[in-house]
Formats: sequence, structure tokens, C-alpha cells
Amino acid sequence: MQRRVLITGLGTISSIGMNIEETLDSLLNKRSGIKKSKNLQSVHKDDFVFGEIPLTLSELKDMLNIPQHEAYSRTSLLAMLAAKEAVDNAGISDINKYRTGLLSASTVGGMDRSELYYSDFLTNDTQNKYIDSHHCGDHTEKVADLLGIKDFTSTISTACSSSINTIMFGARLIKLGILDRVIAGGVDSLSKFTLNGFNTLMILDREHCRPFDETRSGLNLGEGAGYVVLEADDIIEKEGKTAICELKGYANANDAFHQTASSPTGEGAFLAMTKALKLSGLNKDDISYINVHGTGTGNNDLSEGIAMKRVFGENIPPFSSTKGYTGHTLGAAGSIETIFGALAIKHNTIFPNLNFVNTIEEIGIRPETDIITNREIKNVLSNSFGFGGNNSTLIISKI
Amino acid sequence: MINSVYINGLGAISPQETFSADSFLKNIIDYNQKYLEIIPPVYKEYIDPKALRRMSKIVRMGVASGFMALKQANIEIPDAINTGTGLGCQADTEKFLQTMIDNDETLLNPSSFIQSTHNTIGGQIALAIGCNNYNMAYVHRTFSFETALLDSMMMITEGTAKNVLVGGVDEITEESYYIRAKIGHLKNEAEQSSNILNSKTIGALCGEGAAFAVVSDSKTETSYCKIDGVSMFYKPVDTLEIAAKITSFLQEHNLTPQDIDFVISGFNGDIEYDGIYRMINEKIFEHSGLGMYKNLCGEYDTSSAFATWMAANILKFKEIPSEIIIKKPLNKVKRVLIYNQFHNVNHSIILMSEC
Repeated sequence: MQRRVLITGLGTISSIGMNIEETLDSLLNKRSGIKKSKNLQSVHKDDFVFGEIPLTLSELKDMLNIPQHEAYSRTSLLAMLAAKEAVDNAGISDINKYRTGLLSASTVGGMDRSELYYSDFLTNDTQNKYIDSHHCGDHTEKVADLLGIKDFTSTISTACSSSINTIMFGARLIKLGILDRVIAGGVDSLSKFTLNGFNTLMILDREHCRPFDETRSGLNLGEGAGYVVLEADDIIEKEGKTAICELKGYANANDAFHQTASSPTGEGAFLAMTKALKLSGLNKDDISYINVHGTGTGNNDLSEGIAMKRVFGENIPPFSSTKGYTGHTLGAAGSIETIFGALAIKHNTIFPNLNFVNTIEEIGIRPETDIITNREIKNVLSNSFGFGGNNSTLIISKI
Repeated sequence: MINSVYINGLGAISPQETFSADSFLKNIIDYNQKYLEIIPPVYKEYIDPKALRRMSKIVRMGVASGFMALKQANIEIPDAINTGTGLGCQADTEKFLQTMIDNDETLLNPSSFIQSTHNTIGGQIALAIGCNNYNMAYVHRTFSFETALLDSMMMITEGTAKNVLVGGVDEITEESYYIRAKIGHLKNEAEQSSNILNSKTIGALCGEGAAFAVVSDSKTETSYCKIDGVSMFYKPVDTLEIAAKITSFLQEHNLTPQDIDFVISGFNGDIEYDGIYRMINEKIFEHSGLGMYKNLCGEYDTSSAFATWMAANILKFKEIPSEIIIKKPLNKVKRVLIYNQFHNVNHSIILMSEC
């Protein structure tokens, strides 16, 4: 019998909360974290709104008892906080009691520091201690060291689908018996690099984003970290634990259409959702709620909507984009939104799609705009789509 | 347990003639440089010129190597494309960063931003061939290629893939070399690549390259060899632990260190860390031959992909270029272990055998 993979712990930090409890409170009170930036050092800072975490680098280090002079990127610090919460939430006191791995994701790694110090790197020796914190794997190792994880550690970077991909890979490592537990997720901190990159692509909204709305005009960047603890069913039984939900399906497909834009038929998205459903063994009408990628860009929402219609026909399950709360947290989006899905299952609640007024004419579908409570949420499907045509879907279920 | 896979196609672009050479490493180039650079092929013979124009160095070498591996294996569309890269697209990242700084965040070109995302190489291969299948990018220093390889072998074991394109790519730029040499990761002076074993300074002799393989569930007439396993371990406390981890990995494959005919180690000229390879060789591999590969390709996060390419050729053609031999194998080479480590933090092993 193949092992089942269950989620036993959640940990997150974003503009809507420093932890799971605060996050849930924001979700239930329609409290978005998107506003003007305080910390970003960019000429474009005041042109846009962001899902920024209202903590400085110093404050983050204090929260982790890290001496101020030590070189940690903002990315590492956010990851450490969220991963630690997830492990505590899962009730794990001895991390090495079972074969435990760590899989993390980030799109730009320690760029939040390297972009500030790049000139220094080239011209003087004042910021040398930050040189080695630039690469994507650095934050993962900082988390591994904090948690004491030695059995397995690696990093995925596939743009905005990254942290569904880490969860998926983690599940497969468990099912094949290579590991018993995996802490999986992702992180990204706001950076000038990303802001300018997205700005040159002209996909940022100066106002608060409107996912799936006819008048949507782009995304808001956000930052954050999200980690889930995946454990094999036999381990949970041994420990006498209760899991939050089960990871039933997952898939990754490639749109193979364009480097950044999604295909008009939403092929990659369609394939990812279809394959994930197939793996889960569920029927499409078993899906209680979809947390869509829903960035608020003209291209994504239309393409994703078309793909959803291809998969679900006229019976699209209730869906919402939660990016109106957090902004697009890039490498953390997949895991943060999986966490929202887990909270939806745990609390039998659907979180709304903020700022929606008018349906996209071409597809005519409406997301949920109110908080729905006391609705049995059995199966949640979550989408995250990234540049390079990287399309991922994940399905979690009530046990 | 993960199943063994067959390497049915290969493509490598490196500081040696590895891409379209008729013979296996017949004319090894000895360099005296601060870092080794690839010998590029005539790319337009392999990549559509329109697409080529927009591709940076790392993307070109990745895509071309990927195409070569697919061609050799007679596979049009692989079931997955898994790419490892330690630092990704350096040139594009630097370009975007520098322009951001120089122009005060105005007049920026989206191309370098788009190209700087780590999964762009795999993404562009998929785009070029119209592959809608699983496509992943691993970016974790010297675990990058190994994780990509592990994922590929897992898929074949799971039965969700029959042929997977897997590779490792990293590039060097003048800026990135300078920055890393400054902190002692790379050599500050030119070094003779044939003499790295006798280097007296810290830092590695840096290089770059791309190597892709098509790994499959079945043997074909194009098969080079098998990959039997891959393992990574993080921050071992001492050489005893390293030896124990390697031994227990071999045990899982019903082997002992004595069964390994040739150990290919990641000596890179860094006097601070190269000693680890000697210690392990003395500790457990005293009966095995010992070799190296970074005198040919230099040090970079995904150099083990080059080592894999090299080992596959050794197993297929039963020839070992003298330049890579430190201690001659006693027997015919049937089993190879590649062992690489970075700063005694990231250690990885790849087990390969003849088929």
C-alpha cells in the first residue's frame, strides 16, 4: 500500500499576519495587507502598493535572536520564522526522530541585500559578508541550520509556481520512502530587482489589484513565507498525531507557449489541473473550493479562467484569489495559498476574492466575494503559475 | 529504493572539446587562466537563429546541450525536463542590476529580467520543442544537478516517466568571478589546470559548462551506462561521518567500497578543502582507482553534470584519459562513484555502472 501524505503543521508570515493566528484573523475580517511601502528603497516606491511585512531587517533579526551584525538576507529571516512556526505547529520536538527533509523555494534568494550592495561588492570590501547569501540555496540552509535538519535539503526555483513544486516534490520523497517527513514551502522578500522587473513588463497595478475583474490592470507585489509539514501516515500513526488535511493530488505541466505570457487556451493550467485531479482520484464535482492563481493581470486571469472552464465545464466550484489580501508573494505564493486552503478545510470557510465587481466578459465567471462560513470544505484545489510556462496545481482534502 | 536508469543520450559544452568531437577527450586543453570558459559550438546549427539572438550564454549552452542529448537518444519529447543550476543566469541578472543602478531604475529592458529567472533554460527547451510535461529547476549550490537527477530517477521509478532530460548548467562572468574570488571561493591568480593538485592557495579554479543527459527506464542501442543512485548529505561533522554516509549508501545498493573501480573526485585546487578527497580515498577507497575532473571543466555548482558525462563515456568506451587519473584503477572500470563536495558543507555522490 502506498503511503499517504498528510499535512500536520502550518507556518506563515506575510503582510496579513506574523503567524497563522493573525493571518486567519485578517482573512476572516477582510483585512488586506496591501498598502504603500515603508521599507523598499526604490524610486518607484510610491507609484505602487505592496503586500509588505511591516518589520525592518533589525526587527526580524531580534525576533529570531540573531545578532545584528550577522549577515542574513530578509528572505532568510522570513523563511526562518515561518518554517519554525510550521515545525512547532506540527508538534515536532525532535526533528531527527524520523528522516526529515527541507525543501524550500525562492525566486530571487538574497537579492534583497545583494541589490543594495552590488556596487560595494564590485568596488570595496564593506559588504563582503553578504556575497554568499545571494544564491537561492542560502536561505534554505539558514532554515536547515535553525531547525537542525540534516537528512535532506534542497531548493527549487521556478518563478511563481515554486512553492507548490516543493510541496509536490516533498510528497513524492515521502511516498517513495526516501524520507518520512518534509518541511516544504517557499519565501520571497520584496526587492527593487523584482519591482523593476515586473514594472518593465507593465503588469503592475498602481492601485489595489482586482483579480478576475473585467477592469483588472495588474498585480501587486507582496512578500512572505509559508511552510507546511508533510508527514507519512505511518509516522502520524506511530506518534498518535492528528493531521490538518491530506495532500491528495499534485501536478506540474508546461504551457510551452511564451516565456512570460500564458497561452490563450490556458493549456498548461488545464493540464496541471487535470493531472492533479486524476492523481487525487477525485471527480471534478468533489472540489469544494479553488484558490486560483488570480494575480489580477489581464493575461493570467483570462487564461486561468478559460482553463477552469475547460476542466469544470459550466460547473466551476466556488473560487477566489487571495492575492487581494497578500499581493503576489512570488516564491511563497504556492505554499501560502496552500496554507489558506488548509485553513479553509479546517474552519469550513471560503475566503473571498477582494475588489471584484464585474465579471470578465469573455468568460463570465464570478469568484466568491463574501466570506462563507459553515460550508463543508472537503477538497481544495490550488493553482500557482510561473514564468517559463511553469504551471502547478495541488489538491488537499479533509481527512 | 530508486531504480537504476540508463543514460541514452548526452550533450556537453565545456572548456574542452566535448560537444561535437568524434572522439572522447582526445585533445585535452591545459589552461593557465583565472577561470576556464567554454568552447562554444556553432549554435545556429542547433538552435533557430531567431530564438538564438535573444539567448544569453548560459541559455544557449543549456539549450544546445539539451538538444544534443535528445538527438542522441532519439527522443523528440521527453516526459520531463529537470535542470540544475547553482547561480542561474548571471549575465542577465548582472545586466539588469547594473542598468538599474546606472539609470536610476529607468530605461530598463524586460528581456534581461525575464531571462534571469532560474527556470528559463528548462522553459526555453520546452518552448522550442513544444513539451508540455513536467519541468523543474533546482537551485541549491552543488546539490542542484544532483537534486534534478534524483527527481528524474524518482519519476522513472514511479512509472510517470520513461525518458527524462536532466542537466546541470552554470556560467561564469567577469563580475561574478571577481566577487567570489574576493571572498576566497575562487582563485585570485591564474592557475595551471593540469597542476591544480599541487596548488598552494585557497579558492578553486573556476569554470563553467552545461551537460544534459536523457535518462531512461530501458536500455537501447544508444545507451552509455547506468546511473544506479545519487545521494546528498549536508554538513557532516567529520570525515568519519562522510565515510559512514558513503559506505551506507553503497550498502543500500548491495555494494562495499571495494566494489568501486574508480572514484572520480571533485578536486578543484582549493588547498583548504581538497584534502577531504584524499582522506576519504585513504579511509575507504584504498583499492579503487582515483580520478578528478575539474582540471578539465573547472569548479562550478553543477560541474558534477560534467563528471557524469565524463564517467558515462569512460564506462562506455572503457578509456580513461590520462590527465584525469590520480591513481590508476586496478581492474577494468565497471563501477564508478563520483564524489563532490563544496566547502565541507554540501557533499554528493553519484553511483554509475556499465550496462
